[in-house]
Amino acid sequence: MTQTEPKMVDVFSDVEIDTALATNAAGFAIAAMADTNPHIVTLTADLGAVLAEFRERHPARYIELGIAETNSVSVAAGLATCGYLPYIYSMAPFGILKCAEQIRTDLAYNHLPVRLVGRLTGLAMGIFGTSHHAVEDVAVARALTNMTVIAPADSNAVLSLMRSTEHHEGPIYVRISEGAGQVYAEPPAFEFGRWLRLRTGADVSLIGHGMGVGLAVRAAHELAARGVEADVYDAAFLKPYDADSIVDTVRRTGAVLTIEDHSEVGGLAGIVAETLGRNGVSARVGHVALPDEDLEVGVPADLYEYYGLTPAGVVNKALELVQL
Amino acid sequence: MLERGRPITSAELNRRADWIRLQTVDLIEQAGIGHYSSTFSCAEIIATLYYHVLRLRPDDPQWPDRDRFLLGKGHVATGLWPVLADLGYYPAEWLKQFGKIGSPLNDHPNMRLAPGIDFSSGSLGHNLSVATGIAYAGRLSNLDYRTFVLTGDGELQEGQVWEAAMAASHYRLGNLVAIVDANGFSGAGPTSDAMNIEPLATRFEAFGWRAVEIDGHDVDALTRTFDELPDPSSSQPTCVIARTRKGKGVAMMEESPQAWHLGLLSPRLRDRVVAEISGRMR
Repeated sequence: MTQTEPKMVDVFSDVEIDTALATNAAGFAIAAMADTNPHIVTLTADLGAVLAEFRERHPARYIELGIAETNSVSVAAGLATCGYLPYIYSMAPFGILKCAEQIRTDLAYNHLPVRLVGRLTGLAMGIFGTSHHAVEDVAVARALTNMTVIAPADSNAVLSLMRSTEHHEGPIYVRISEGAGQVYAEPPAFEFGRWLRLRTGADVSLIGHGMGVGLAVRAAHELAARGVEADVYDAAFLKPYDADSIVDTVRRTGAVLTIEDHSEVGGLAGIVAETLGRNGVSARVGHVALPDEDLEVGVPADLYEYYGLTPAGVVNKALELVQL
Repeated sequence: MLERGRPITSAELNRRADWIRLQTVDLIEQAGIGHYSSTFSCAEIIATLYYHVLRLRPDDPQWPDRDRFLLGKGHVATGLWPVLADLGYYPAEWLKQFGKIGSPLNDHPNMRLAPGIDFSSGSLGHNLSVATGIAYAGRLSNLDYRTFVLTGDGELQEGQVWEAAMAASHYRLGNLVAIVDANGFSGAGPTSDAMNIEPLATRFEAFGWRAVEIDGHDVDALTRTFDELPDPSSSQPTCVIARTRKGKGVAMMEESPQAWHLGLLSPRLRDRVVAEISGRMR
């Protein structure tokens, strides 16, 4: 399979944090999609500010449901049975974890096309306490039959992947990563369920999703300066995921590091380990992820530093792996 | 097309409710286990809705203008399957597969498998929310269908029901009708002993609903209440609190409704129950 080379930003000249994400690419994307698709409706549980653009352009198709996430998922299911395409914008710890059963029973089992756009994922609300951490959401969402789980790496990936959600049967979780560094210079072309290879190298595979992609790309530059060449992937699709790419890259490098602002249980770390085991691929396997223990509370930048979710943290783990 | 308000006599509706009870006995026997008394409490409600109230097109189950019916208390689907077969949604032979692997008719309804099911159910507390979404969609699409949900009274202990009740009145969904099969019992005992849900009418009214309280076995009261529903374009959802008896129509089940919440009649008791119900239908 040939793949169009994604146009990437120069990680050393661009700003560290993708400000476009903070200003809400997912909100702008949905407003633009609704201009041409009259079936799109949006629902929120007290997160309407994110949808200011949509509300202005399509007020009748904006449905505020108050602080009642579980209700919003089931209401969206009802709308979907009538031909509407509901996008629910919510804070991920509440919109996904609190609603896991409604998502499973009402959306996934019934194959209904409802889009769950999770804002403030991972440790993006780290200062507010562990109630506001969303670090098990991928594990829960990907365990559900018929779900699709997508984690864009930056604002350009959000624009591209949001558009890909318009025509697909079944529910989709779009995990917006607010703390991500910019990766793409323009919206990249994704193939459903396939990962983009962002860099080629023979020494270690770096696979990230969401903010993990920017960290992998930046770490790869640093590793190259130390003589270690990384094969870098954007694991934008966590369900279905790209097992072929995992097997292919690890067969070439013999060492793989996954990077994600998610628990080490059930996320990308698990996807890669399971895939290698099922395919009989022996490799050195490591992860940069959040430990399965009580997490610290603090501003996101401090927490990322603390848990090694930084380019330097990725470099250190990668060097440990290749020097084993 | 089956129009709203199809003429039918009270005697026929009563007979139809007892026919639902008999069919339920058969289906449960096939499956080896099932919910007798919860189904019996809403037999008149199901009969009145499907043989008098709902606007349907069994030959086109996805017809956008159809009235919707959601079985919030999904554990009584055995009462619905024979009705949908009788109306022509699927062949009556399907009933013979009930309880077997691969059957489109399950103990709780699955919208992907059975024609005529507007939404799957089984997890209590969801369907009033789903119905709120369907009613909202009716507003967006300018369609005049009504959306009915049949809930149990124990189901009202689920918090999500009240999130939905709040949203439905907030959005002025006069095209939404909740029917509470208030039989007074949940699986483990009297509903309000476990957690008091009364006064139901006052509670729904406080949430902005129009509440009507009737005898849920009186087919004339049911018919009148549904005939007098406000126009779907009106601005207040309606809650019909149907006071019922769990196990209605079978003396031993009325006496011990809990014992027959979930179970299987022995052949001897089955014959007795069938004789009691059939005797009334002659």
